[in-house]
Amino acid sequence: MTVSFTTTGNRGLDLEEKLIFEQDKAGRTAVDLPDVPAHDNRLGVAKRKKAMGLPGLSEPQVVRHYVRMSRNNYAIDAGIYPLGSCTMKHNPRLNEKMARTPGLADLHPLQPQSSVQGALALMDELAHWLMTLTGMPAVALSPAAGAHGELTGLMTIRAALEARGDARKVVLVAESAHGTNPASAHMCGYEVESVPGTEGGRVDLAALKKRLGPDVAAFMITNPNTCGLFEDDIVAISAAVHDAGGFVYCDGANFNAIVGRVRPGDLGVDAMHLNLHKTFSTPHGGGGPGAGPVVLSKALAAFAPLPFVVKDGDGFRLVETEEQSGAQPYGRMKGFNGQFGVFVRALSYMMSMGSDGLRQASADAVLNANYLRERLQNALSLSYPGPCMHEVLFDDRFLAETGVTTLDFAKAMIDEGVHPMTMYFPLIVHGAFLIEPTETESRASLDQLADLMLGLVAKAKAKEVEFFKASPTLTPRRRLDETRAARSPVLRWSPPAPKLAAE
Amino acid sequence: MRYLPLTDEDRRAMLATIGVGRVEDLYRGVPSAALLDKPVDLPAHAGEIEVERRIRRFAARNLGASSAPFFLGAGNYFHHVPASVDHLIQRSEYLTSYTPYQPEISQGTLQALFEFQTQVALITGMEIANASMYDGATACAEAALMACRVARRDRIVLSGGLHPHYRDVTETSARFMNIEIAALPADVSGNEDASATIDADTSCVIVQNPDVFGRVRDYSALADACHAKGALLVVVVNEIVSLGALMSPGDMGADIVAAEGQSLGNPMSFGGPHVGLFAVREKFLRQMPGRLCGETIDADGKRGWVLTLSTREQHIRREKATSNICTNSGLCALAFTIHLTLLGEAGFTRLAEVNHAKASVLAKKLGSLKGVELLNDTFFNEFTLRLPKNATEVVDALAKRDILAGVPGGRLFPKDKGLANLLLVAATEMTTDEDMDRLADGLTEVLK
Repeated sequence: MTVSFTTTGNRGLDLEEKLIFEQDKAGRTAVDLPDVPAHDNRLGVAKRKKAMGLPGLSEPQVVRHYVRMSRNNYAIDAGIYPLGSCTMKHNPRLNEKMARTPGLADLHPLQPQSSVQGALALMDELAHWLMTLTGMPAVALSPAAGAHGELTGLMTIRAALEARGDARKVVLVAESAHGTNPASAHMCGYEVESVPGTEGGRVDLAALKKRLGPDVAAFMITNPNTCGLFEDDIVAISAAVHDAGGFVYCDGANFNAIVGRVRPGDLGVDAMHLNLHKTFSTPHGGGGPGAGPVVLSKALAAFAPLPFVVKDGDGFRLVETEEQSGAQPYGRMKGFNGQFGVFVRALSYMMSMGSDGLRQASADAVLNANYLRERLQNALSLSYPGPCMHEVLFDDRFLAETGVTTLDFAKAMIDEGVHPMTMYFPLIVHGAFLIEPTETESRASLDQLADLMLGLVAKAKAKEVEFFKASPTLTPRRRLDETRAARSPVLRWSPPAPKLAAE
Repeated sequence: MRYLPLTDEDRRAMLATIGVGRVEDLYRGVPSAALLDKPVDLPAHAGEIEVERRIRRFAARNLGASSAPFFLGAGNYFHHVPASVDHLIQRSEYLTSYTPYQPEISQGTLQALFEFQTQVALITGMEIANASMYDGATACAEAALMACRVARRDRIVLSGGLHPHYRDVTETSARFMNIEIAALPADVSGNEDASATIDADTSCVIVQNPDVFGRVRDYSALADACHAKGALLVVVVNEIVSLGALMSPGDMGADIVAAEGQSLGNPMSFGGPHVGLFAVREKFLRQMPGRLCGETIDADGKRGWVLTLSTREQHIRREKATSNICTNSGLCALAFTIHLTLLGEAGFTRLAEVNHAKASVLAKKLGSLKGVELLNDTFFNEFTLRLPKNATEVVDALAKRDILAGVPGGRLFPKDKGLANLLLVAATEMTTDEDMDRLADGLTEVLK
């Protein structure tokens, strides 16, 4: 139990902040708006008649509110963020500046196409980079995020199958897959079946071959996979899926390991989403937005969703209808033209890195992960022998008999001033620690992470259970009661019950 | 390469620690035929000066809303974003953090989400809201799927007043799910009564307010009709500022509200990224898609926030999840909530009033032009004109005069040739008297 010894509850720079609703003064606003011109009221019968209850604050209060709150967040700009599968790399500020350029940020998606030729050219340029890096002939830019890209890829596959009169019912998913894979397959109307892995942490090719057949629409594989390993049977896997008449969907969440070094198109992949907010450095923003363009093979290209950009003489044209497309688009995934602001950021990053820099970045990402593997493998339990790709997977065997769990270990890392790795994923190993340092960490930063983790291993081995169970103790909040939050959900602020005082 | 901290010396030393000679040795699982031995055919790395030049070259070929009289709407609106919004969302702690899965070091994002959820619930008149969806159109599609789960039925009625992109995205989402879609024809006259289309298989009716032609509707009677037949009413709002002036969907009896939040805090940015708002009646909570932030206490009893009820979500439930959504629109939601906090009740209602007043003045001005007919009896900040000729041609001709006049019917309803002469025109607090005069003069000239 920490002692609250200040009157305010603040602890130096660690500041408490009330909710906006608790700072309300009716009538106050932080925005001065133009006068309301004389006009006829045309709102009709559905005019608002009662107050909403939004709080009123002034600009200094609002700025202070969000600045004070921000200080309770960890961020990649502040330190290493080794979340496996998430590729938390440096987010260059140049990309932010570019996305805000007048002539890009202030474009409406339905402007006459003659007035947005530069925007369409930019989308075409981004598409060119993505297709070149993946060795694929087509790309659907519109998906909003990785999971949305998965759904897009699967719908494209389903449309292609239906076009040839082939009603397949099942999508196979590698057992180590992200949860989005089976969820996306379900939203595409497929039954989902899991394909087991080998002792070595890869897809079991024999088991896959045994299950493949005329009812299987697609196999969803992640490569490099969620154990941080390259699927070395990938070419044989793709061939087997194709021989059975199915398609190969690759989850591209881990593309950062192989950018500029391996093209998924050379591995037999039919569809793969690219998380621009991972591989191509656009910021994660505390949960989004992302962008999940899907590259497509020749067999699928004609079925890509609307809209898309095509070259038209000296200019570009945005194809928005099936009639304009000359193809068989299966539908539309999103309002308007996709995550354009994210496209600008990603293109700015790719131009900055270039073909040489992207290739160096993937090598450095892999090198950094293997360096951490080397530094940690004798103390933690390495799940699969190395080398790994851009992330390294450990499990909790080393904590056996200590009374310390993966969660406890992660919370103790927080007190050491770093964000923990991904915990308990992938599900195929017990108490997973999935560590992805990315290429934007220095060797000193990696050494610091390794040193602090080794220090905690020593503490765990010494059975300092109370220390771990109490962690973290140096954060704005200590462990939060998640069971309570779920059992009786409080999902919004409500005004305090009125006091029964005399009027 | 400015983003890479490792030096060649670091790399050599680290390879030696690992015990391999070259980084290629770490790629030994890759089939050798697939391992590229040189960079792909793309330009080499470039400094900031060069990248800025190249991106600005793209921008220079566009005509942006800040450089021309501008009247487009149809689901994306040109509003003023206070300077402090963009400053605050670029704080490193918000911009460069991940989803708040470690709540002890994410209280900033979580508290902002809790406030966001509350604000969305307050303005929509609903009991609870989630922590955001991708955009309004995908929120609408998720509402349709959710309604089918709640009602255990598989037919959806789409109003002819719904934005065509929302209709298309919803149809696409339903296409492989054995869900039947009854899409009513474009409701140009404003006389649609969807209640007659509700049958025993209907899970929900999806309507929009104001509708795609800008009309303000009261759906209270339709809500009753839905509920009488065991169906849900989904109300879509794609100009969120309208809620500062209009009766909330919750007050009309909506069960789910799916909305686009771009108008607050977020630039149009050629259509994305934006922020989908999703609010429901509390009794449907467990069928809701997306992340939820909830209040709790920490080990010292202090109030704090966590992501909660994640047993609905894909990372726990996999194919049984309520949605596949993972990454959402966190930073756009933050921009939304900061802008709405700046406005407050007084500012938000005032903003809505200014928008309506500008549109009303403009509608009067344009409706009096020769050959131009104003279709709407009611509207908020957008209305529909019937022109004496094809609106796409008119818009193109005005674009040549550097006036961005509105959204032609042919762009939204390409198959509906009868709507080709319609022009949707929006005004916001950004619209000046001079802009209005230029549009009126331009339109007069083009229609001559």
